[in-house]
Amino acid sequence: MVPLFELERAYEIAKSDASFQSQLHGLLKNFAGRPTPLQFAARLSTHLGGPRIYLKREDLLHTGAHKINNAIGQGLLALKMGKPRIVAETGAGQHGVASATIAAHLRLQCIVYMGTEDMTRQALNVARMRLLGAQVVAVDSGSRTLKDAINEAMRDWVTNVRTTHYLLGSVLGAHPYPTMVRDFQAVIGREARDQILAAEKRLPSHLFACVGGGSNAIGLFYAFLRDAEVRMLGFEAGGRGCELGEHAARLAAAQGYAGARPGVLQGTYTYVLQNSDGQIATTHSISAGLDYPAIGPEHAWLADQRRAEYSAVSDSAALDAAQLLARTEGIIPALESAHAIAGLIERRAQFTRDDLVIVNLSGRGDKDMDTYSRLL
Amino acid sequence: MIVATSNSTRISKRFAELRAGGELGIVAYITAGDPSLEATLKFVRALSDAGADVIELGVPFSDPLADGPTIQRASERALKSGTSLAGVIDLVRRIRQLSEVPLVLFSYYNPILQMGLETFARAASEAGVDGVLVTDLTPEESVDYRRILAAHHLDTIFLGAPTSTDERLAKIAAASSGFLYLISRTGVTGAKDALPDDLPALIRRARAVTRLPIAVGFGISLPGHVSVLGGLADAAVVGSALVAEIENAESGDAASAALAARVHSLKQAATHGLSRREVAP
Repeated sequence: MVPLFELERAYEIAKSDASFQSQLHGLLKNFAGRPTPLQFAARLSTHLGGPRIYLKREDLLHTGAHKINNAIGQGLLALKMGKPRIVAETGAGQHGVASATIAAHLRLQCIVYMGTEDMTRQALNVARMRLLGAQVVAVDSGSRTLKDAINEAMRDWVTNVRTTHYLLGSVLGAHPYPTMVRDFQAVIGREARDQILAAEKRLPSHLFACVGGGSNAIGLFYAFLRDAEVRMLGFEAGGRGCELGEHAARLAAAQGYAGARPGVLQGTYTYVLQNSDGQIATTHSISAGLDYPAIGPEHAWLADQRRAEYSAVSDSAALDAAQLLARTEGIIPALESAHAIAGLIERRAQFTRDDLVIVNLSGRGDKDMDTYSRLL
Repeated sequence: MIVATSNSTRISKRFAELRAGGELGIVAYITAGDPSLEATLKFVRALSDAGADVIELGVPFSDPLADGPTIQRASERALKSGTSLAGVIDLVRRIRQLSEVPLVLFSYYNPILQMGLETFARAASEAGVDGVLVTDLTPEESVDYRRILAAHHLDTIFLGAPTSTDERLAKIAAASSGFLYLISRTGVTGAKDALPDDLPALIRRARAVTRLPIAVGFGISLPGHVSVLGGLADAAVVGSALVAEIENAESGDAASAALAARVHSLKQAATHGLSRREVAP
């Protein structure tokens, strides 16, 4: 607990520290490439025949996904706390690459834990992390995916806690991580809100984002929470079926996805996929970044409050959506982000022409080319 | 002064006896259901006969964050053999037909939460569990848990770490009953060659904030470790070294014999180490 208190204190100080904020802003602008465009997707809008669709282009950021926003923030915090070593977990590899990148840039030692299943399907990102000087440690326990990588990163952290900061990549884990990671990602929604108001002179009717742990979704949603007329939709991994073990849908019981109940995993009380004995379930998704049995606690709260709506889309719907976006807009999305596009396609009949949609295009698809070329 | 009252659990009574005799206790951990609950029943008997003062039964969990590779593998074997929290409680009921050895369940929070705190506490208490240690539950989040377990006369044991400040140790101790469990070093469970140099200072800091007995664990496997703790702590916890004996044994009987030999040698070291009266407050 003491390291969590230390982190919370350091983060509280950093929030109002002008030099920290100016460093953060400088790196986000000149290193990561913020602000990202909010692009009107004219051909996709026409194709779907419904709402005006805008894409928040987080895929254009340095390293190829929104993960760099949080990695820069926590990397600077590690420096502030005098920790020369960072550990990180990664599923799709995007957070691992972002962590390795900021570690190289700030001269921090970086160790990334990654499930062996994910190392195979995201081999390009493994090579990138190694080129950046990070040590990638294979995790061969449990389901050999993101959950197991987090377990191993946490074990490393508690062992080397005096010299090490755990650069957790999503809105998961014990406090202060879910709120801190949200704050570092909230720049997405702040920009998008200003950009849509400038372009359309009105707020969007709908926000769309994929939800694994949920950092890109909360990053987009957060600036719109008080805009009651803005509907917020999160899309989980429906995988290949509704039975426990075949999906990673924690908030989609209404669609028949089995096995989610409130529980505690990795320091968080939230909806968790588990069996009746309280053992955490294995999950499946074509997308490594969504392949996780728990959801960020703030999403669980937004779902319970009915402020945001969550549902699942299948592996095959995500693949089709990726292909459609590639052909209509010339953008190959990450498989994770393709779930948000798939959710939009499934709801095409429910929209009117007055609807105005922002989709968070959280990452680009280079890392998924193996999967795409095999399955499409 | 620890006074064993009629309300005390077997744990408090045992620690009071150890203190009265100036003896360091041995707390023995094994994972329940590794490789089967039948085997665990025999292992508990062997440990108890060899002189273990308290036995911790690990409840296997799919994501044992606080455990090193040895206990992770034990947890996997136990889950594979179909072990559940309800099964472990039932095992305790069977142990109680044979033995009065103090028993602690060592668990992660989610299985207990899913069973329901009240259902769990009643079942555990009726079966003959004396105390519960939940590795991933903090004093702050444990108010309901402690109230409900206390109502069923179960001790609640929490972990103190080398990174814990004095203030934090006091808070952890205040939430604990039965004994305070100190982690010897930062990290996860697992046998190591040497104990950290700052361990005596940690134990002294804990002594300054609590009168509870203090057990020290994580990394303890050898008689030498135990003799160092004599005069400092009330008990040494040995876990991964015992679990490794089970993992490496050719048969159940061989495992029982190895467990007994290991606990016997640790108990010898505990008895013939420095008298605790020479150093302790």
